[in-house]
Amino acid sequence: MIPLQVVSLVLVAAAALAVVLHRDPLRQSLVNGLYGLLLVVLFMVFQAPDVALSMLVVGSIAYPLVLMLAISRVRDRTPDDE
Amino acid sequence: MNRSLRLGIFAVSAAGLAALLFWSLVGLPDFGHYHWPYGKLLNAVAVNERHTTNVVGVTVFDYRGFDTLGEEFILFTAVIGVSLLLRKGREDRIPLDSARDDALRLLGLLAVALVFVLGLWVVAFGYVTPGGGFQGGVVIAGAFALVYLAASYRDFHELTPHSAVEMAEAFGVGAFTILGFVGLAYEGAYLQNFLGIGDTGTLYAGGSVPLLNWATAIAVAAALAVLFSEFMKVYVLPTREWRS
Repeated sequence: MIPLQVVSLVLVAAAALAVVLHRDPLRQSLVNGLYGLLLVVLFMVFQAPDVALSMLVVGSIAYPLVLMLAISRVRDRTPDDE
Repeated sequence: MNRSLRLGIFAVSAAGLAALLFWSLVGLPDFGHYHWPYGKLLNAVAVNERHTTNVVGVTVFDYRGFDTLGEEFILFTAVIGVSLLLRKGREDRIPLDSARDDALRLLGLLAVALVFVLGLWVVAFGYVTPGGGFQGGVVIAGAFALVYLAASYRDFHELTPHSAVEMAEAFGVGAFTILGFVGLAYEGAYLQNFLGIGDTGTLYAGGSVPLLNWATAIAVAAALAVLFSEFMKVYVLPTREWRS
């Protein structure tokens, strides 16, 4: 394993922990985007550009958009429910 | 159930999971030692057999095209499910929110064009360089979503009319299915490659791989556009109307 691979693995592990430890959904989704980007780097470092591209489009386009819309919806609703 | 009992159950199951994980990790092959025949075989034969330089692309659309057909239908079904579930809140009144900042509008609309072309490129060269119909399709859908961010919901709505996008999605999935039957008719097996394999390293390569690639791109881009517009309809609806 070359040092670059070790570094990217450690960064991915740290970012995954950061995602889990955040309690606010909005921040969590932003940190999750960063985690996705680090995964893209990891896949590139391990010479899997196709997987990296898939992760890039899912992690930075599809998932955040759906997540953001859902979060904004829930935020709108909460004051009404209580 | 009280707290200590819960903790006890958690400790037992966590210990079990840790033991199983440790067991499977010990059994893994050494780092960098891939010793199954399938990948090596494809790496050795794909470029000669299909003249495509991206072995992953030709694996997805040719050697394991049937898997991809299943994945197309998974996406198709998931999007239909979302549409049906959110139908309750559907309303065709169009809200007037729009991006007012000039710099945001200008840069955003420039980005729309760039992202759209990037998406087309990722699809078009999907079997020559890393990329392909799925990735490019999502990028194209991302360009549509950027229209909402940089302009307004109304512009997004007009760019992706619901009936047209739903038809495009059905067309993409249908084209993939039908191309499979063409392979069956001409070559005797479902999704068998049925066109001339062309020249290595050019866009004219891979036989029917480019057609399946574009069918996937249309299906994926349209599926995500449907998904975004369904979610946005729910998002822009006033709270009370949604709940009643």
